[in-house]
Amino acid sequence: MIYLQIFLAFLIPGIVGYGGGPASIPLIEHEVVNRYGWMTTSQFSEVLALGNSLPGPIATKMAGYIGFEVGGVVGSLVALFATVAPSLILMVLLLSLIYRYKDSPRVKRLSKVVLPAVAILMGTLTFDFFSESYASNGLWETIFIAILTLLLLEKWKVHPAFVIVGGLTFGAIFLV
Amino acid sequence: MKLYRDLFIAFFRSGILGFGGGPSAIPLVHKEVVGTFQWMNDDQFSDVLALGNTLPGPINTKMAGYIGYRVGGIMGLIVALIAAILPTVLLMLALLTSFNQFKDNPRVQGMTHAVVPIVGVMMGVLTWSFLKKAKSGLGWKKASILLIGCLICIVVLGIHPGIVIGVLLVGALLLPEKKNKIEVHAKGKSESL
Repeated sequence: MIYLQIFLAFLIPGIVGYGGGPASIPLIEHEVVNRYGWMTTSQFSEVLALGNSLPGPIATKMAGYIGFEVGGVVGSLVALFATVAPSLILMVLLLSLIYRYKDSPRVKRLSKVVLPAVAILMGTLTFDFFSESYASNGLWETIFIAILTLLLLEKWKVHPAFVIVGGLTFGAIFLV
Repeated sequence: MKLYRDLFIAFFRSGILGFGGGPSAIPLVHKEVVGTFQWMNDDQFSDVLALGNTLPGPINTKMAGYIGYRVGGIMGLIVALIAAILPTVLLMLALLTSFNQFKDNPRVQGMTHAVVPIVGVMMGVLTWSFLKKAKSGLGWKKASILLIGCLICIVVLGIHPGIVIGVLLVGALLLPEKKNKIEVHAKGKSESL
């Protein structure tokens, strides 16, 4: 039964997540944290942090790992299959059909019209991460780390992997 | 055999060298597919990419699977997918399972606490880029009406995001193409759920 749940948990983000893997992260969180309760927000953010510090597509890294945590190797394979297969099958089967309508304004607006929904989902996940950090690290620590991270990533263009390794080091020394 | 090996190399390389999720690895895929192995020309590649973006789901695996299929049939599809996904998933498993063995250590707990606001900022940056995309794709007026509608549906009313997105997609396909009508209808529809 657990495999069916894993399948559904990753099928929905795979089917409704427009904008590539990163867009499906908040949808995955919705299923994994809110719906099935397999992880807390903090555990999810840990997985996401390590996922962001490693190369490769993010949706499949999350699916492969969370599937493994919940249901072992089979769980991992089920989660990966649910993430990848539906959209890929659509692509292989429908490509010639969509190709015919590729200039239709309706098809063009498909991927645009969901952007606000994805942005709202990402915004709420951002809020969850910060309130989680406020609860475990306190207000000033959260503000300090957040501003430093923002400067490092956006202003000084430091690679995300280094920022996360730096954060881990900071935590091991100062947040004990 | 050589074809499968080439497919594996192409998607392994673009997967393992790409940071920041699938979309940021697309230029690397382009380099392998159009440049190194010349399975497609520039126009074909951008067509496939544009069409891939009109479908949901992770983009990198869609590209890998589809290009693998076009070049080498079902076997090509499987080889390209495995090359794109498996190495980084295994890396992730190895790293996180060894990390979890020490999770009761206070230093490791400090590490996991410090990382929460960092992913918060990363998520915030991603949110901002999607807001900008929404504004440039839909215009600020339509984008903000849809934003408020989605906020009410998802956060206040607690409707499953999949349903909200489904309604938006159906609306995009079925509603007439008069610009000003669309926003009113789409909003009204998603709120009446």
